[in-house]
Amino acid sequence: MEIVNFTPGAAILGGALIGLAGAMLLLLNGRIAGVAGILSRLLPPQPGDAAWRVYFLAGLVIGAVIWRLLSGQTSADIVFATSWPALVLGGLLVGAGTRIGNGCTSGHGVCGIGRLSPRSIGATLTFMATGVATVYVTRHLIGG
Amino acid sequence: MRNLIAGVSGIVFGVGLGVSQMVNPDKVLDFLDLLGTWDPSLMFVMGAAVVVYLIAWRIALARQVPLLDSRFHWPAPADLWDGRLFGGAAVFGVGWGLVGFCPGPAISSLAFLLPQSVVFVLAMMAGSYTAGLSRPGHLALEEPEPVIR
Repeated sequence: MEIVNFTPGAAILGGALIGLAGAMLLLLNGRIAGVAGILSRLLPPQPGDAAWRVYFLAGLVIGAVIWRLLSGQTSADIVFATSWPALVLGGLLVGAGTRIGNGCTSGHGVCGIGRLSPRSIGATLTFMATGVATVYVTRHLIGG
Repeated sequence: MRNLIAGVSGIVFGVGLGVSQMVNPDKVLDFLDLLGTWDPSLMFVMGAAVVVYLIAWRIALARQVPLLDSRFHWPAPADLWDGRLFGGAAVFGVGWGLVGFCPGPAISSLAFLLPQSVVFVLAMMAGSYTAGLSRPGHLALEEPEPVIR
């Protein structure tokens, strides 16, 4: 193992902001800031329950636009190591997996672990494990 | 007002994903590359987010109702040993490891106007929609309204 590009300061600051966003949504609106869950309940939209989800998801994009303006980061800094077919397959698996498993990195990994839910701890360990295994296969067995 | 709060929460979340660089799939893949070029940053992102959220959760438990709604919309309690939970999480992890995107960063990355982000988000929506068809009633997977007598 070789440790690369480790940025603990930015990671802690960014993580605290994500936690704060979740705290706001919980304490003011009583809602869980799980991005997969917020998105999946728009597919299809449920009457009377759609607007706040659209606002939140639009906010995700606006927040990244603000970050771009503050940091000067450009699209050249976003690096994809993935072919187009793998990109589509990855998207399908992430969409289906988070819906079946009821959560993603934010829903289970932050909000779920953040309320000490055994189910979320189990789910997070599971997707971390299959994520690590997948990268091992793509980077070291097939690629490399 | 609740819509506005949701929008602001999304913005803070999106800035956090930018600051932590989770919007960069290559950085996320480096986190998952335990046996190669490992970047531990994401562990600190999750750790910091969880610590802040834990405090909010304790406050929520003490307050019993949120400021702008009549109740907390907690997920419905369920058994730990649940094939859908672990199967879904396992499938999600494979997709995450293939590309380096989970749902939040994928949506935020649309701000960079890259076609890869658009394709990934559309595929993700298609995957979610299709998986939802297999279980029509599951949208109500939230604690039911308390019955008021």
